[in-house]
Amino acid sequence: MDYTALSDIDREEMLKAIGVRSVDELFSDIPEEIRLKEKLHLPGGISDIEVEQALRKLAGNNIVAKSFAGAGVYRHYIPAVVDDIARRGEFFTAYTPYQPEVSQGTLTAIFEYQTMIARLTGCDIANASMYDGATAMAEAILMALRGKNGGNVILSETIHPHYREVALTYMRAAGIEVRACGFRDGITDVSKLNTLIDDATAAVVVQSPNFFGLIENVTSFSDIAHKKNAKLIQVITEPLSLGLLKRPGVLGADIACGEAQSFGNPVGFGGPLLGFLAAKEEFVRKIPGRLVGKSVDERGKDAYVLTLQTREQHIRRERATSNICSNEGLCALRAVVYLSLLGNNIRTLAQLNHALAAYLKHRLEEKGFAAPFAGHFFNEFVVCVHDIEKVCERLRGEGYELGILLEPYYPALRDCVLVCATEMNSPDEIDALIAALEGVM
Amino acid sequence: MATIFDIPSSNTSAFPVPKYDIPDMDALPAELLSTDEVLPDVAEIEAVRHYTNLSRMNYSVDTQMYPLGSCTMKYNPKLNERVASLDGFANLHPLTQPANAQGALALMWELASSLAEITGMKEFTLAPAAGAHGELTGVMIIKKYFEEKGEKRRVILIPDSAHGTNPASVAMCGFEVREIPSRSDGDVDINALASALDENVAAMMLTNPNTLGLFDRGVLDISKLLHSKGALFYADGANLNAVMGMAKMRDMGFDLMHINLHKTFSTPHGGGGPGSGPVGVRDDLVKYLPVPVVMKDGEKYRLEYDRPSSIGRVHSFYGNFLVCVRAYAYLKRLGATGIRTTAETAVLNANYLRARLKNAYNCPVDRICMHEFVLNDKGLPNGLTTNDVAKRILDYGFHAPTVYFPLHVPGAIMIEPTETESKQTLDAFADAMLAIRTECSENPGMVHDAPHTLPVKKVDAVLAARKPVLIWKK
Repeated sequence: MDYTALSDIDREEMLKAIGVRSVDELFSDIPEEIRLKEKLHLPGGISDIEVEQALRKLAGNNIVAKSFAGAGVYRHYIPAVVDDIARRGEFFTAYTPYQPEVSQGTLTAIFEYQTMIARLTGCDIANASMYDGATAMAEAILMALRGKNGGNVILSETIHPHYREVALTYMRAAGIEVRACGFRDGITDVSKLNTLIDDATAAVVVQSPNFFGLIENVTSFSDIAHKKNAKLIQVITEPLSLGLLKRPGVLGADIACGEAQSFGNPVGFGGPLLGFLAAKEEFVRKIPGRLVGKSVDERGKDAYVLTLQTREQHIRRERATSNICSNEGLCALRAVVYLSLLGNNIRTLAQLNHALAAYLKHRLEEKGFAAPFAGHFFNEFVVCVHDIEKVCERLRGEGYELGILLEPYYPALRDCVLVCATEMNSPDEIDALIAALEGVM
Repeated sequence: MATIFDIPSSNTSAFPVPKYDIPDMDALPAELLSTDEVLPDVAEIEAVRHYTNLSRMNYSVDTQMYPLGSCTMKYNPKLNERVASLDGFANLHPLTQPANAQGALALMWELASSLAEITGMKEFTLAPAAGAHGELTGVMIIKKYFEEKGEKRRVILIPDSAHGTNPASVAMCGFEVREIPSRSDGDVDINALASALDENVAAMMLTNPNTLGLFDRGVLDISKLLHSKGALFYADGANLNAVMGMAKMRDMGFDLMHINLHKTFSTPHGGGGPGSGPVGVRDDLVKYLPVPVVMKDGEKYRLEYDRPSSIGRVHSFYGNFLVCVRAYAYLKRLGATGIRTTAETAVLNANYLRARLKNAYNCPVDRICMHEFVLNDKGLPNGLTTNDVAKRILDYGFHAPTVYFPLHVPGAIMIEPTETESKQTLDAFADAMLAIRTECSENPGMVHDAPHTLPVKKVDAVLAARKPVLIWKK
């Protein structure tokens, strides 16, 4: 059951106009020996009703728990306006805005998005989006290395483990040395960084709030990096923290990057996400991806257009700043609508997230959980208790997802779990979780 | 154009935050906090009107034909949006236990299997988030394959007709690009290929049908040549829409490939993304696929991480899952027969438009085409160019074709109608193109000064690049 719109008569008339007798003739360039003689081994087409039923059944086979899991994606409230605007066909069925005269809607929205990301991160510029936080970080590293001959990059081990894995995949392919900097008390170890960094270091990468939710001393790392002429990259997986905490640009970061899914996008089993990439002015011709710039039309009226395209693959080919072409435009649109609605209430929302997380941590500690790290956190934290795996499993039976077990990522962190609270976890829900915990411990 | 920052500030928040009665147990010290306010404060109705009005300045598939060559701007079924927003998909945490995600994993496994059946590849990964990301993943696999064989091959062959992403992806993996010319009939120059091919060549990347919309008739010979030197053959699947159900990429001799779900499988382009670029490989390359891999044991699905030969992880989680949901729904509805009719109709529509336009505009390669075809501005009177025609067609209510690509055709106008357009719409587009051709002779100023009917006139791209203004300032 396809979506074509031709009648049999149309088809006949069209074949006649082309000057062939059958559709088959149109495929005569395909060598006979590889033309498919039989149907694909796939089921026959079905109606919309059946498709929807099948998909509802699959969705029903997933269990969406009352969740306190973060670790790179965050469940936040999404105002109805965001869904409504993003569902407008004029936005979601348009392509990359190559023809500015019929794309001012998309171009203006991306320009606003670039502005909001640059302001929130305290940077001069931001691009139109990357695939996700992990690839944004990998590309940020490549950007910092651009124009250098070789060089190494230092990654803190408090960066999201998946991000470090993706960076390793990219750097292995590009032939770039990666050094890992350990941590102490949940925070990147400055003394280790001092021993790892050398004159060949192109970039130092830290995450703050880091994977454990802790706020790192970014300024101390940027001071060390800058002394060696290396760039400091700050990664962020929970951008709501920018509503409360000092901005990366203010802390000395040359590049800020990471994940902006929190701004109006669902967790969606991990995708699509919204990679963001912001930087100081000096990177304006080195930054990968689409950029929207302000210009004027022939009458001198303000208008927006994709710009600095000579950095990009379709012009520069193998000398491009990246191969990225499609990005996450619709997710960026959701983010800009979300941030427009939230406005400077972002501080209140961020404060609430922090307060709820602190309350949850306090309640868990009352129940005998230990907190291995002492530092300040935003809306995520680590706690441990004996036989955590069993506790989590039993809670799952009660409909709660307590968080993400850390041992698979950090073997030394046995019995530790990474827990998150957002505005979606009301104090009542937290109290109910604690009550459920009493039953399973 | 007014931006959200130009709207007067409002005192009422469009997004009130709940006031819970809890103490802050961990007050953050002031030195950690920012104090500035950087976002606009507007009333809800102001935001709604602003973005609704912005949307109305866009052309889109939902509002008009969008014959952007190489981008396959087909209709995006509404049902797919509905199913992608189901709670069990949209609100599922990616690190939830596999036992809680059996529906999602089953969907991924079945979609990957369907793509394997359509292309003849052994297995697919859904992790790449876009076509270019798929290419990068593919080139990483090529690199790993030769590393494990202990061969140091440094070159990847790319035809002059290729998408720019091909050479860019190759460069990101430290390979050198060697460009192969096309013949005047549009196929790869196989003699040039033979002389460029040596033991230093790791692979060739080919888009087939190519960017002229032509099926490369030498594809089996190319494959034989490459394989005789131990090189791999990579298919850029951007144009799969023309051949799905008609021939399999594996049967053409390709060893690995990527697919663009946002082109062939009808997921919306979203004004630039998100896309999805699954990568499929032949049997002996399966071990290099990125982690994690969805596995099926009996009736249970799980994610496998322990794959020693894998290139590693390429995405924060598992790729653009909700895009995969849409593609899955699309494939379900099409079924085997619908897939074939889709390809047939895409090719029929393109050839019909080509027949109607090829005498009015120069057609550099006059052959039966596949899903798209290329004209150019050679011979247009009064110094008019491709760009002028592209801007004028906007006045007629159609999005412009892809212009100035492929690069080896000067002034290219690349037209891809897709299978979802009706004959009436195709005719209206052809009539508009023919009317513009008449205007080129009789009223050249009308074409040269286009567009005339849109919210903005021609936008000054040179100014934007010379003095980049990338963020809003008062």
